[in-house]
Amino acid sequence: MIETKSAGGPLVGMIRSVGREANKSYAFVERGWYLTKRYWAWELVWIVYNVVNALSITFIATVPSVHLTPAQVNQFILYLAIGTAVWTYVSVVFDNVTETVTMERWEGTIEYTFMAPVSRLTHMLGTCLFALLHGLLLTALQLVVLGLFFHLDLSQANWGMTLVILLTGSISLIGLGTVSAVLPMLFTERGAQMAYIIRAVMLLVSGVYYPVTVLPGWLQAFSKVTPTTYMLDGLRQSIQGVPVHNVQQPATISMLWPDIWPLLICGVVLIPLGQYIFHLAERYAKRTGKLKRNG
Amino acid sequence: MAILKDELEQSSPSVPSSLTQPPEIKLPGRKTPLLSAEELAELDQHDALVIDHVSKHFVKSGGMRLFRRGDAQKHGHKIVRAVDDITLTIHRREIMGVLGSNGSGKSTLIRLISTLLIPDKGTVEVFGHNVVTEERAVQRLINRVSVEAAFFRKLSPLENLLYSARLYGIPAGEARQQVFEILTRLGIKPDRIRQPLENMSRGMQQKVAIARAFLTAPILLLLDEPTTGLDPRSKQDVQVFVRELRDTHDATILLTTHDMDEAEALCDRIAIIDGGRIVALDTADALKRRVAEQQGLDREATLTEVFMTYTGRDWEEDEAEEEDDDE
Repeated sequence: MIETKSAGGPLVGMIRSVGREANKSYAFVERGWYLTKRYWAWELVWIVYNVVNALSITFIATVPSVHLTPAQVNQFILYLAIGTAVWTYVSVVFDNVTETVTMERWEGTIEYTFMAPVSRLTHMLGTCLFALLHGLLLTALQLVVLGLFFHLDLSQANWGMTLVILLTGSISLIGLGTVSAVLPMLFTERGAQMAYIIRAVMLLVSGVYYPVTVLPGWLQAFSKVTPTTYMLDGLRQSIQGVPVHNVQQPATISMLWPDIWPLLICGVVLIPLGQYIFHLAERYAKRTGKLKRNG
Repeated sequence: MAILKDELEQSSPSVPSSLTQPPEIKLPGRKTPLLSAEELAELDQHDALVIDHVSKHFVKSGGMRLFRRGDAQKHGHKIVRAVDDITLTIHRREIMGVLGSNGSGKSTLIRLISTLLIPDKGTVEVFGHNVVTEERAVQRLINRVSVEAAFFRKLSPLENLLYSARLYGIPAGEARQQVFEILTRLGIKPDRIRQPLENMSRGMQQKVAIARAFLTAPILLLLDEPTTGLDPRSKQDVQVFVRELRDTHDATILLTTHDMDEAEALCDRIAIIDGGRIVALDTADALKRRVAEQQGLDREATLTEVFMTYTGRDWEEDEAEEEDDDE
């Protein structure tokens, strides 16, 4: 049991400390992977549902219309395909986080997770990291299937910028995922379903299937404070390109900056805010005895 | 005569040697320490557990409680005093037994120590660390086994325990080796270690829960009715493990149990808890002598008699009461 003090300054100590926390975070990623393997049939159902849902929405773009040129139809297909892909990504992230906490409540393991020497930041980062990886994988699979059905014009895509938008947007999703995890923690039976409210509002105001400009003014105000609005806009521009003198051009970082900086601010605000809300909920649960399942 | 003697030996029920002689079980040593040498030296300066005038009540109601205690009573909600002004000190390397009827506050007390509940009044300190203000420091020193084995039941014992080990900073390779060592010594066959827990009996699941706590070699181990549902052999295996954890790892153990023999065999001191309060606290022998004197017995009282004297009830009454509560 005895550990001798190792050589090295504060930097080495800090690196080791980060390494330890990363190992603890990985516990949640590994657990998520194990659970996904064991619930493989449910995973299959979820993949089929998402792909069918994405196809049924993207087919709307192919409805014959006198107003759209073939090039515009292709752009519309890509517009909806990106919308469904981002929505799948957001849905998988939220479902993973809330379902994991719900499962922990049902099985009673949440007491053991909360009793372990793990910071809540490490806990939620690990849980959300698995959810993000899982979401990315399912979304990529969905896009591959969509590519078999439709001509997706990716000639103007800037994949580097797509990655930047995806990463900055995902930071905000960790914060929102942490907030949504509070609901199943406090309400075992219906908490996960209550978290749908957060998703539903995001679906309405983020411009998943239509530009936010079609919304009434007061709803557009909600769009401005929702990170998925900027994520969708940034991803669409980075994949579809940006019109310059009526010609589509690959998006540059300066062109996407109006989407990047709000995403960065959302991330910086939402992660600590999510942690604070989770901390308050955890204190409430510990005061009122809501963590226990049995005994 | 020689033939008759042989026949008698063959026909008489044989007692398994494992029940007459405790099995030799060696607790696997942790290679990766949770605590530094300085931290371990500091532990010696404190009692393992100091519970000082701790109280915890719950409001029994359907929804969220948005009002204070006084208001709850006004609104007709039932207030349950689960722990009522308990003061208790457990010394390092001591095994303390807590006996109490169902609903007497044993599990609440353990949850308060485990950082899973916040006391309404009083303080709980584990090796000098306050469970509310120094939560993480306490969590590094403790682990708990509850009466219900809580796991991801779709996952195997190995997967569940690897998850737990990582949370306590144990490298996966080391944890994997320890999981196999501890579980096989607790009587779980190696091929079951990779099978989903949902296919295991309750007793086997409880053994995995015990292994989860032993895996982290805690300095303070909280055992909440750990052997409930285990067969006699498994109970004995667990008891040997508990003793060994104390003897070889300097662990302090708080054990709640309904098994009087277990309490007597394992515990240095016993506290009897009733209605959330400690009503008796001493060694088993001292408690038995005291009750024998009180009742004018010409023999030593049994621990069951001690329990009934201090709680004013027996186990059957407890169970009947619990059934009424369920209704």
